[in-house]
Amino acid sequence: MGDEDVVLLDFWPSPFGMRVRIALAEKEIKYEYKEEDLRNKSDLLLKMNPIHKKIPVLIHNGKPVCESLIQVQYIDDIWPHKSPLLPTDPYQRAIAKFWGDFVDKKIYDLGRKVWTTKGEEQEAAKKEFIECLKLLEGELGNKAYFGGENLGYVDVVLVPFYSWFYAYEKCGNFSIETECPKLIAWAKRCMEKDSVSKSLPDQDKIYDFVLHLKKVFGIE
Amino acid sequence: MAKTDAEVKVLGTWASPFVMRVRIALNIKSVAYEFLQERLWEGKSELLLKSNPVHRKVPVLIHGDDTICESLIIVQYIDEVWPSAPILPSDPHERATARFWAAYLDEKWFPSLRAIGMAEGEDARKAAIGQVEEGLMLLEEAFGKCSQGQAFFGKDQIGYLDITFGCFLGWLRVTEKMSGIKLLNEINSPALLKWADRFCNDAAVKDVMPEIEKLAEFAKMLRGRVRATPKS
Repeated sequence: MGDEDVVLLDFWPSPFGMRVRIALAEKEIKYEYKEEDLRNKSDLLLKMNPIHKKIPVLIHNGKPVCESLIQVQYIDDIWPHKSPLLPTDPYQRAIAKFWGDFVDKKIYDLGRKVWTTKGEEQEAAKKEFIECLKLLEGELGNKAYFGGENLGYVDVVLVPFYSWFYAYEKCGNFSIETECPKLIAWAKRCMEKDSVSKSLPDQDKIYDFVLHLKKVFGIE
Repeated sequence: MAKTDAEVKVLGTWASPFVMRVRIALNIKSVAYEFLQERLWEGKSELLLKSNPVHRKVPVLIHGDDTICESLIIVQYIDEVWPSAPILPSDPHERATARFWAAYLDEKWFPSLRAIGMAEGEDARKAAIGQVEEGLMLLEEAFGKCSQGQAFFGKDQIGYLDITFGCFLGWLRVTEKMSGIKLLNEINSPALLKWADRFCNDAAVKDVMPEIEKLAEFAKMLRGRVRATPKS
């Protein structure tokens, strides 16, 4: 598998899109990035993801792959030799997939609750959000990355949310670093890699975007 | 001792479609296992809480000293440890497609199916029925593409998507029985209707697919409990 036609339909603040950007960058795959306007979805997006009509969509040699976790695994399958993201041992693979699935089930929805709600509901979301991050800290342990000495699947799945942390903190009036210093240290370590730093937008830009969304949706 | 020789245990319940997936996968690989039945209505066992502290749910696969959770992750693990009779397609794009539909089934279709039984009000029920029927039409089309004229989504033998979807057939039939609507029918999903029979009669599936009568009784009991529980 050499030079092939790879297109990514994406939306700059999407943590799901960021996962795919990081995976492609780790593998040094050249691709065409197409920014979607989600209020006016392109014909290509609707054709390539008719079921969910969502980004990101990875189009490889004309064939679509949808859903970010599936895309990251697909990228790892197609280009296995450079920066393998999943381990080769079946049990270690299962653990990595378990935590990737955990991040997917919890972090986005809880983060969303933190910036869209207030009062008791927000406090409950903040509490559960921190509990989830602490579980992840436990899984990280003393390793440099979830993948061990290099970026792995769980790192790629989780680190995009780091670009949203400042927005969560401002909206929720709390400090993630105070509660989860090891996780923040891990995130900063990831950001030292080009594949990550070039795939994540500035935290300020995400915060501005969140403020804009709050206005649009009438959330205080 | 080779890893493949280590003891295999499955923590689960007879009614759970998710647990069924694991048992079918082990059957396909001809792997012997001990089935430890949880009596979830009596409270979760020590073993369950210890082996799945994060989600506290079944199924859990205990293989030697290792514990694996989440049904689809377990099925993929089984496929990788025992590579004979492969469950996942070998082609990466076909693999991604199988995973896509598995995610759709778990995240969208099955919750809609459950919503039919749990719906409060006729509008909610109709909406859930509509979603299930729409999903079945999408899956009918997917079956055509994946099977390429053969018996299963996995082509000539049961594969990942057959297992993922097939395990919901028990609950689908119970829902049909209780609602009086033939959701899987000759008009909208003729190929799936035939596939469903083939799946349920497969050697790897027959003994772990619960009897519909038994499942319907169980569903009635569950519904009664849910409705009796005061909403906080």
